[in-house]
Amino acid sequence: MTWVTKTLNSTLGRKLIMALTGLFLILFLTGHVSGNLLLFKGDGGQAFNMYAKFMTTNPAVKLLSYLTYISVIGHIVYSILLSQHNKSARPVSYSTSKGSTNSAWSSRNMGVLGTIILIFLVVHLQGFWAKMHWGEVPMVTYEGEEYKNLYLIVNEAFKQVWMVALYVISMVFLGFHLSHGFASAFQTLGLNHKKYSPAIKMVGTLYCILVPSLFAAMPLYIHFSSY
Amino acid sequence: MKLTLKIWRQKNTADKGGFVTYVADHVSKDMSFLEMLDVLNDQLTERGEDPVHFDHDCREGICGMCSLYINGKPHGPLQTTTCQLHMRSFSDGETITIEPWRAKAFPVVKDLVVNRSAFDRIIQAGGYVSVNTGGVPDANEIPIPKTIADLAMDAAQCIGCGACVAACKNASAMLFTSAKVSQLALLPQGQVERKTRAEKMVAQMDAEGFGACTNTGACEAECPKGISITNIARMNREYFSAVVSSENM
Repeated sequence: MTWVTKTLNSTLGRKLIMALTGLFLILFLTGHVSGNLLLFKGDGGQAFNMYAKFMTTNPAVKLLSYLTYISVIGHIVYSILLSQHNKSARPVSYSTSKGSTNSAWSSRNMGVLGTIILIFLVVHLQGFWAKMHWGEVPMVTYEGEEYKNLYLIVNEAFKQVWMVALYVISMVFLGFHLSHGFASAFQTLGLNHKKYSPAIKMVGTLYCILVPSLFAAMPLYIHFSSY
Repeated sequence: MKLTLKIWRQKNTADKGGFVTYVADHVSKDMSFLEMLDVLNDQLTERGEDPVHFDHDCREGICGMCSLYINGKPHGPLQTTTCQLHMRSFSDGETITIEPWRAKAFPVVKDLVVNRSAFDRIIQAGGYVSVNTGGVPDANEIPIPKTIADLAMDAAQCIGCGACVAACKNASAMLFTSAKVSQLALLPQGQVERKTRAEKMVAQMDAEGFGACTNTGACEAECPKGISITNIARMNREYFSAVVSSENM
């Protein structure tokens, strides 16, 4: 399979992996934000807790979650490989460079944005995902069936102002990361055409505003409705 | 006009190099940027100093020989070649920083002259078409739709100056390579080597040590010939479809 490894080690192959994993993570974010909208339901967390149980037990979701883990790791590993390669392509840097006159800030700082998102991800996974999987979670009973009360954990977490601030600020960075990443992934896949590229760019712009805003609204809603 | 010039001086490839500051007096705003450097070089020669080496040839904006990273931008503040840039784009008393293209694949030969033969090797890897020997074929023997011919001509406008590499934060040569892949892939004459061309030119581009594109669009914004990054998307399509379907293992 030399041609496969050769292709995946080429700059274009590595970019392909970045684009595919990135697009899968965009799909994941879409699912994640849709499900978490149940936090706004105002039913004391019943729908959210039932959804959380479904998400941790359903075999199809399990398969998707493994794909998500692989995508996250792949996206990180290949971004490091590409960044190192790109750094080595210019050993002596310019004394003056006016990047802001020819490209968007987010497009030039995807690595920085990604690193901030990674730090957020570690805090986020430790706070909820790890607790749900291996931690002590108080139980709650709906219609005779026991559920882990993840809603309570989420509520407790977002009573703290610094957690709310961390989440809201991180979503701003996510928005900028997506503002370049969404359309960029399609360009890397070779999908740039006057027939559909304007639509891709428009959906990308809407997506990078809408999804992080909805995510940011969750801690804000919980924090201010707990008063 | 009176200008302060901060120019990169470097004896040879091995030399570390550094900036030297010169004062350019009596600069006319109607001079081209290269003429301004010519005058400076005359003065340096008269003083017995080594003139500043820089690349230039046609001075008509068509050969792709001139370069220079001027005040943080390839070919200076306008989207044109340095030879077509005039001193009226600068203001009296301004300090102008002049650097060579910076890329591992473009080693500095001397001062502002860089070796761009990496581009030649990318062309040699696949930027050609097979033709039959014999008499000259009729001009319109092969039908080509006007829209396709236009796209191919747009790509063929690339003069290989290397501003795309210079502008790219990753020193990527994907705009250049994609223009060269595109101009031939779009035309019927380019079909014979189509798959092999995409594979070999991309492989050569990587072997030369150019960076990978991150789709910032800086190359397109700085290209003096306005080559579009839709060519990069086309190269990606050409490459990915070639690797899964060509006979090359």
